[in-house]
Amino acid sequence: MQPYDTIIIGAGHNGLICATYLARSGQRVLVLEASGSVGGLAATREFHPGFKVSVAHTVSHFSAKVVDDLDLAAHGYTSAPAPMRTVGLTLGGEHVVLAGADVGGVSAQDIRRYRDYRRLLQRFADLLKPFWLKTMPRIGASSLGELMTFARLGLRLRLLGKRDMGEFMRVATLPARDLMDEYFDHELLKAVLSWDGLIGSKMAPRSPNATIMAMLYRMSGEHHGAHSIPDGGIEGLVKALHSAALAAGVEVRTGARAGRIQILANDNGLRARGVELADGECIDAGLVVSATDPQRTFLELVGVENLEIEFTNRIQRLRCDGFVAKLHLALNGLPNFNGLAQPDGRMIIAPNMDAIEFAFDDSKYGEYSQQPVMEIVVPSLHHSSLAPEGQHVLSAHIMYVPYKLKGGWTEEARARLCERAVDIIAQYAPGLKQQILHSELLTPADLERDHNVTGGHWHHTELSIDQMLMMRPTYGAAQYSTPIPGLFLCGAGSHPGGGLMGGPGHNAAREILGKKS
Amino acid sequence: MITTMNPESSAIDPYAGERLKESHFHPRQAALNLRDAWSSWNGYKFADYYYDEEYEYFCVRNSCATYDICPMQKYYVSGKDAQAMLNRMVTRNIANMKEQRVTYVCWCTDEGRMVDDGTIFKLGPDKYMLTCGSPCLAWLRKSAFGFDALTIEDMSDEIAALSFQGPTSCAVLKKMGLAGIDTLKPFGIMHFPFAGSSGEPLMVSRTGFTGDLGYELWIEPGLALDLWDALYAAGSDYGIQPYGEAATNMARLEAGFIMPGREFNEALKTVHYQHDQTPFELSLGWLVDFKKPHFNGRLALLKDRDNGPEYTLVKLDIEGNKPAEESHLYSNERCTKEIGYVTSAMWSPVVKANIALAMIKTQYLQGDIWAEIYYGRELRHNSKVVRCTLQDKPFWAPGRARQTPPPAY
Repeated sequence: MQPYDTIIIGAGHNGLICATYLARSGQRVLVLEASGSVGGLAATREFHPGFKVSVAHTVSHFSAKVVDDLDLAAHGYTSAPAPMRTVGLTLGGEHVVLAGADVGGVSAQDIRRYRDYRRLLQRFADLLKPFWLKTMPRIGASSLGELMTFARLGLRLRLLGKRDMGEFMRVATLPARDLMDEYFDHELLKAVLSWDGLIGSKMAPRSPNATIMAMLYRMSGEHHGAHSIPDGGIEGLVKALHSAALAAGVEVRTGARAGRIQILANDNGLRARGVELADGECIDAGLVVSATDPQRTFLELVGVENLEIEFTNRIQRLRCDGFVAKLHLALNGLPNFNGLAQPDGRMIIAPNMDAIEFAFDDSKYGEYSQQPVMEIVVPSLHHSSLAPEGQHVLSAHIMYVPYKLKGGWTEEARARLCERAVDIIAQYAPGLKQQILHSELLTPADLERDHNVTGGHWHHTELSIDQMLMMRPTYGAAQYSTPIPGLFLCGAGSHPGGGLMGGPGHNAAREILGKKS
Repeated sequence: MITTMNPESSAIDPYAGERLKESHFHPRQAALNLRDAWSSWNGYKFADYYYDEEYEYFCVRNSCATYDICPMQKYYVSGKDAQAMLNRMVTRNIANMKEQRVTYVCWCTDEGRMVDDGTIFKLGPDKYMLTCGSPCLAWLRKSAFGFDALTIEDMSDEIAALSFQGPTSCAVLKKMGLAGIDTLKPFGIMHFPFAGSSGEPLMVSRTGFTGDLGYELWIEPGLALDLWDALYAAGSDYGIQPYGEAATNMARLEAGFIMPGREFNEALKTVHYQHDQTPFELSLGWLVDFKKPHFNGRLALLKDRDNGPEYTLVKLDIEGNKPAEESHLYSNERCTKEIGYVTSAMWSPVVKANIALAMIKTQYLQGDIWAEIYYGRELRHNSKVVRCTLQDKPFWAPGRARQTPPPAY
């Protein structure tokens, strides 16, 4: 008898979620994690003695269904009662502040329009919300169930009413810039509102693609997509997921790097039959589920000799280059931002949409901008155990920092970017430099190395129209099953995508259990 | 002759990049192309026929004849991963292929639609040559992605190749001095010294596209004309003659071989979904080895085998003597139920039969098959409906094509 029904590769949140669902339905599940800890890009680690941080520093759309299904509350998870404010920083302290349906620091007209804008986008987000937790139909599908998914989407679209339906079709692939220019006058407001459509992607305000869709995806969250840090921090969420998995009987092995997905080959064809670890140990299982990214899964773990030619080339062409770097600062006190009583919001440095666009322009040619745009939080304000008493952690996502830097990522290049980013933040928070005990900058290449994610991409592969829904990661593997029987995908490279959400892990488990019964 | 005001400009050919390339055998072939009947193949100037297509056909069947295969595409695939890469690409299993052997293969898209057919020559432990009718480098590169110990070289312009077919072909090669050529078995390869050059620069394979006794000769371009001269000197008493595309098309039809653009569409070149074919549709199911755990299109082809292809390529023996070119096929004489179409047809002089290859809806293969044939007679259009009979075997498959040593003529 095989010791395990299923082996899951990768103990990020999706791997853990999928494992827990499977174990709760009676499967014996082993999760293999290459690094020393669970949580993937959400794992919390000490980056300086006494100072801890996770790459993912907030949640915006973690699935409430997953929280309920897996009883995460019983495992210590409590979502934040209220979201953080989002603050568009200005040098002079006249910030734009978004808090729920309210916006401050802009004209009365922009305030009115913001309410209309928000109402409309929330309608669209609600329309799409059920589909993030559904398996997308196969292209060319004709089964009743799959056609019903299309029919439901069509029906929900129709129920928007003629005007809003037309508006949805128009807006869905619009560049963020056009939408913002239609609604608002305030340059900083426009930049801040477009931010959630752009971050983590290789897209900027003028990119016509899936930036609005990405925004609507994030708006499926409990606070309408407003970011928050749960009580207990991101660490608390990961701990709850880990605890729920263990309670369900999942076995989790860290420091166990998968080297190869073992394939049984005979005249019945191919079938996944287990995992060979990098150290040579072989573990058999009935099913293998990969929570790691599609390129790593197929090109490294499965091997092209086991795949079809056109499928291989589609996987190879997936756009997986990350464009977000991560800055971590250990501070000896609370940073003091001009015009902010408390830096307890999510602060965005992007004075206008052109600033975002220009930063992106540099990255297209393998450079990073000298005026990078970024999102900053001070997570230790929300979760005090991240830093010693009275001291703090500053965490910033810096856009657009190319995975493939011209000339390569050297120690010097990393140091220069770090220095530049600190200089910029210090313009808004004078005195910051004197507070810094330690700084760390992680480029997309560093994220790739530390977290075993191709390109260091947040979503494992670009969340764009050509790679989303029934195209994610590509047709032939977009329903969590793959061309190799017995091998499934459950990571951010599958529908609906990445960010701390849990959709892929949830959906994959349902597909796997459906397939077995 | 056109004269210009500027004599220098006449030296510059404004269409230089557009002109057809000349084959390594061109000087000799041009001298023999009495009708200047040139067309093109893969960018090479290529003879439809040299003197008379039927005469050339009769040379192929009764003496011997040469067909220029310089324009055919040839790729060296070599390295430790060569076998794995090719074996994943083609539907047949080449893992047990012996060195100095040739095998006929086809390869398909992920959906099991045929990209092309061709031959694989195993030239060394990790060295193969793939030949095919159309450029295939893009597909080879796609197929090679992820195989690191591999090099692919396009040798199409670097190897001069001549097909040499017909009942006297072996005798001519013997007379040319290729010692032991009569021991070469079908699909075998031998190497010979040639023209005092060092080593064995002449490669001979017992392969061809006529269904008859025949060989293909492979040599470096610098020795191409010497090879031609030696062959034609040896063959002068054996009725040697160059033949072109027209005679090839007749011979291959009698042998039951398929032609791109006639029996099948290369899958990467079709616009409409499923206007291409699977090997099962082309009656090439014997090329698909499901014992092999993985190859491109395997899952789709399993379905195609189990469900049965919509159409099946068949050989037809047709009443009368009017070639059924482009005929529609029906299940009844009144022609009310259309069941297929003819892809290639001819009156076969050697078989003395009216033959055709045809695509017929598989479900109608058991019943009657009628062809509606249109033909002209002194500018009058006529039509008739005649009965067709399925043929299992190739129309033309003489024993000498397989015998080793071949009978002497």
